[in-house]
Amino acid sequence: MSEHSAAAGAVGEVEQALTESFRTDWGRVVAALIGMTRDWDLAEECAQDTFATALSSWRRDGVPDRPLGWLLTTARNRAIDRIRRDRVGDAKLRELAAVTAPQPEVDLDALVSGVADDRLRLLFTCCHPALAFEAQVTLALRTLCGLTTTEIARAFLVGEQTMAKRLVRTKQKITAAGIPYRVPPAHRLPERTTAVLGVLYLLFNEGYAASAGPDLIRRELCEQAVRLAALVAEQMPDHPEAAGLHALLLLLDARSAARVDATGALVPLEEQDRSRWNAAMIDAGVTELRRALEHERPGPYQLQGLIAACHATTARAQDTDWTRIVALYDQLHALVPSTTIRLNRAVAIAMASGPQTGLDLLDHLTATGEITDHPLLPAVRADLLRRLDRPSEAAAAYRLAIQRTDNRTERAYLARRLTECMKHEEPDNSDP
Amino acid sequence: MQFLLLISADEELAERTIDAEGSAAFTTWLSDLERRGVLRAHRGLHPSPTATTVRVRDGEVLLTDGPFIEGKEQIGGFALVDCADLDEAIEIAAGHPATRFGQVEIRPVRQ
Repeated sequence: MSEHSAAAGAVGEVEQALTESFRTDWGRVVAALIGMTRDWDLAEECAQDTFATALSSWRRDGVPDRPLGWLLTTARNRAIDRIRRDRVGDAKLRELAAVTAPQPEVDLDALVSGVADDRLRLLFTCCHPALAFEAQVTLALRTLCGLTTTEIARAFLVGEQTMAKRLVRTKQKITAAGIPYRVPPAHRLPERTTAVLGVLYLLFNEGYAASAGPDLIRRELCEQAVRLAALVAEQMPDHPEAAGLHALLLLLDARSAARVDATGALVPLEEQDRSRWNAAMIDAGVTELRRALEHERPGPYQLQGLIAACHATTARAQDTDWTRIVALYDQLHALVPSTTIRLNRAVAIAMASGPQTGLDLLDHLTATGEITDHPLLPAVRADLLRRLDRPSEAAAAYRLAIQRTDNRTERAYLARRLTECMKHEEPDNSDP
Repeated sequence: MQFLLLISADEELAERTIDAEGSAAFTTWLSDLERRGVLRAHRGLHPSPTATTVRVRDGEVLLTDGPFIEGKEQIGGFALVDCADLDEAIEIAAGHPATRFGQVEIRPVRQ
């Protein structure tokens, strides 16, 4: 190896460390800065500056022993400098001086341990019910997860300008309307926690099956969602749905390595190599789920967790206990009568009682209007028709399904199925 | 922080709904706020047909009989409260009896 490539290796190491830090610590740094300054824009700008500085500084001096401590100290100094320079008000500066002055050497342990709360405060503030749901999710993705406006805009299929405006408006509302930066008091906690869990669930889903873009799974979104769900579950031991969501996300995320093959193509659940599922995550998920169920207050996340656990703890796809899964979907549907759950329940029934039963149910639900226009409906129909060996009808449904997804990986999977069906089509039924 | 609570409802419904029980609930709400010292001002208004709306266009004063927006739902009162944050303002607003049949809009007051 030449000297040149050795140096390049070191640079790569710094970049890798920084990427890792960004992923785990961006939210912590922003949360700490908002806690300190109450200025959301300033906090974001200082966090950005800090990570930019880190690149050159770490390249020069090496990666610090405690990157988070380094980032927090740098970010905090940057914020103090900025406030001093901008002269945003002497009162604010005195307040900060009072906080920082007694510690000539910053106590990193105290700083780092206090941050967990800061992130939770940030999460609850982002998910305040006085903000519209889209605004909540958007702000959480930007401030806690460090996604750029462009990335968020792409994830939600809106223009970048629209997304940028939404973020500005949301931050303005928080400041002007006096939305407090804190975890709500105990009597407000249950209702507010529901909102927080909803945002985390959506965040995970966006990462697990990105609605647009080249990759099926956007790892960082899933990781962030799991991490934040762990934080919420840990802080709210009396809220079984918090533990339920954490368990659910662990159990789903455990499958991620097997969901795409070496070429990046989607592998459906029944064809996945289950030895590639993450056993440690499954164990953690099952343990967490058990802890949640001890409260005997089952909710939608715990029930979905049970369904996911059914799959996760079955070694071979053909041994899946679909009858139990149907029963769980029945309970889930009683709590949340949504189209998505009706559709998933129909799939489970098809697996338990045969594709014809599933298709009949689907037709019935479509006729009664209980399932209307759902983006997954054509794909589910196509799959049932394929299993029933009706390739022409299946092919037509796959064509429809392909039109309905913006995810390239999903589209490639559907196209593969379509090709298979077309091979089996009777000549007189094939397209001209 | 100061918040203006704009209390509104369907006027006819409000007239029919405010009974003895409602008045008692209102008195409880008011005395709780007074005790906590958060209430800066609080007034009920005469119904919207008594309103006069003023506009000046091209230097001319134009008057309209009635509120600036026609409609069933009209502002029937306001309160100016001084409290810690939006959560406390929401709690105060949610205690107002009019929220049972109407609504309260919370507007932060510019500093």
